[in-house]
Amino acid sequence: MLELINIRKSLGGQEVLRGVNLKVGPAEKVVVIGRSGCGKSVMLKHIMGLLKPDAGQVIFEGTQLTALGEEAWNPYRRKIGMLFQGAALFDSLSVFDNLAFPLREEGEKNEKVLREKVAEALKIVSLGGTEEKMPAELSGGMKKRAALARAIIRKPDLMMYDEPTTGLDPIVADSINRLILHLGKMFGMASIVVTHDMTSARMVGDRIAYLHEGKIYYEGTPEQVDRCEDPLVRDFVRGHAPGIDVTG
Amino acid sequence: MERVINLVGQVGGIFTHSCRTAGGVFLLLADTIRTMFRYRLRWDQLLEQMYFIGIRSQVVVLTTGAFTGAVFAAQVWFQFKRFGMESAIGPTVSIAMCRELGPVLCSLLLAGRVGAAMAAELSSMKITEQVDALRALGVYPTEYLIVPRFLALVISAPVLTGMALVTGIGVGYFVAVQIFGVDGAYYWDNTIKYTDRKDVLIALIKAVIFGVIIAAIACHKGMNCPPGTAGVGKTTTEAVVNASLAVLITNFFLTVLLNAILYSN
Ligand SMILES: Nc1ncnc2c1ncn2[C@@H]1O[C@H](COP(=O)(O)OP(=O)(O)OP(=O)(O)O)[C@@H](O)[C@H]1O
Ligand SMILES: [Mg+2]
Repeated sequence: MLELINIRKSLGGQEVLRGVNLKVGPAEKVVVIGRSGCGKSVMLKHIMGLLKPDAGQVIFEGTQLTALGEEAWNPYRRKIGMLFQGAALFDSLSVFDNLAFPLREEGEKNEKVLREKVAEALKIVSLGGTEEKMPAELSGGMKKRAALARAIIRKPDLMMYDEPTTGLDPIVADSINRLILHLGKMFGMASIVVTHDMTSARMVGDRIAYLHEGKIYYEGTPEQVDRCEDPLVRDFVRGHAPGIDVTG
Repeated sequence: MERVINLVGQVGGIFTHSCRTAGGVFLLLADTIRTMFRYRLRWDQLLEQMYFIGIRSQVVVLTTGAFTGAVFAAQVWFQFKRFGMESAIGPTVSIAMCRELGPVLCSLLLAGRVGAAMAAELSSMKITEQVDALRALGVYPTEYLIVPRFLALVISAPVLTGMALVTGIGVGYFVAVQIFGVDGAYYWDNTIKYTDRKDVLIALIKAVIFGVIIAAIACHKGMNCPPGTAGVGKTTTEAVVNASLAVLITNFFLTVLLNAILYSN
């Protein structure tokens, strides 16, 4: 389905990705964890072609995408959905127009169909009835959910979530986790979920990959990760800051 | 010695930076024109931009035209009456308005109003990843964001300039005739007689080219905004300053060039 081969990328004079290898099978859900600033969002942007790697390849459904130009990417981008870490809703459009945007781009003009599909997508993320609001009128968590609805509305083959549950209350967070599972089951959607939330990682992940110093440092099923004896992985999974003791 | 080397280095740095920026602006311009022909035009976006640029800029542009015409007519009258040349005031005002004052002042105001808005809007979309979101949804940003803005400005600039000209010449007439008592029929006759169709053509050609320059510079700045909110402010200011300077500098060369082309025989 998707394969990253030896992706390298330098940004702002610092090598962020130093040879990332990652495989995602059909309908597989891969969770990517890693310290803040380790390059998780940068990795997702490479899959979307928003950033071009300095070296390495992105292979999606058997096509080598890396060599494609900006516009040649577009047909493939339509098969991949992405929830941005900062939501990235279009400020100048209402929630309805934001959600209808990807459908209109596909040529759907029937206003009634659009209304129905948007209402359904909003209901899934528990935002029913917010169609006429502008993004500036939504809370951070609501923006995130509206952006999630926009990303899944075209039912992509691969869905990438950049910290889908950060900033949400535990109940909504749980419903988002269930949604990720549900989409996988219903539509056979493959997913890549970037998260810091280990509950969420254990719940949705078929496989967990730990990104460290620009490489996938460790990869395994949730059970394997929980049992992993490697100090770096263990500290991350248990939320333990090594060598820092402030309790006196 | 070291200082000299430093200075040379700095000047060189500024020079290469300017060249790179200019190159970027040209690439954006080429891409915009290519994109314009490859995709279906988004009429809704174009109309929205036309409304903002064309309709909402009218007050500013008309005021500029009116007061430029007024002050120019007054100054010309002060000077020309000493030589008994009152009859030449009309054509002087109208030719100056057409060839230089109308297009240049109108474009400077558009650079301030429209250029700033374009740069600010695009750069804030850029830093909040809305441009990336657009790309992620399979839409080419040049097509969705730049082409409508570009076209709207290139269409609106000559129309607005034309309106500024008419206002300026009209107000110039009013000032000369009503306030300073120049003979009205005589003033008008001479204005018509000595103002050529070519003078109006120069105004419109200049306005179109300035529109291209402002749109290209403002969009280029906006799309290349450095991350962070401070970047938006800096980008906006630079867009206005660069576009205004580019208009003034290009104007000189255009004046020479158009004169050579239109009055070659
Ligand atoms: N456009 C850019 N220009 C320069 N450096 C960048 C850019 N984008 C990201 N970086 C750098 O790349 C590194 C990785 O950033 P990234 O956003 O991928 O982190 P992350 O793993 O998603 O962190 P978080 O969990 O906090 O979201 C950071 O050190 C950041 O400073
Ligand atoms: Mg991130």
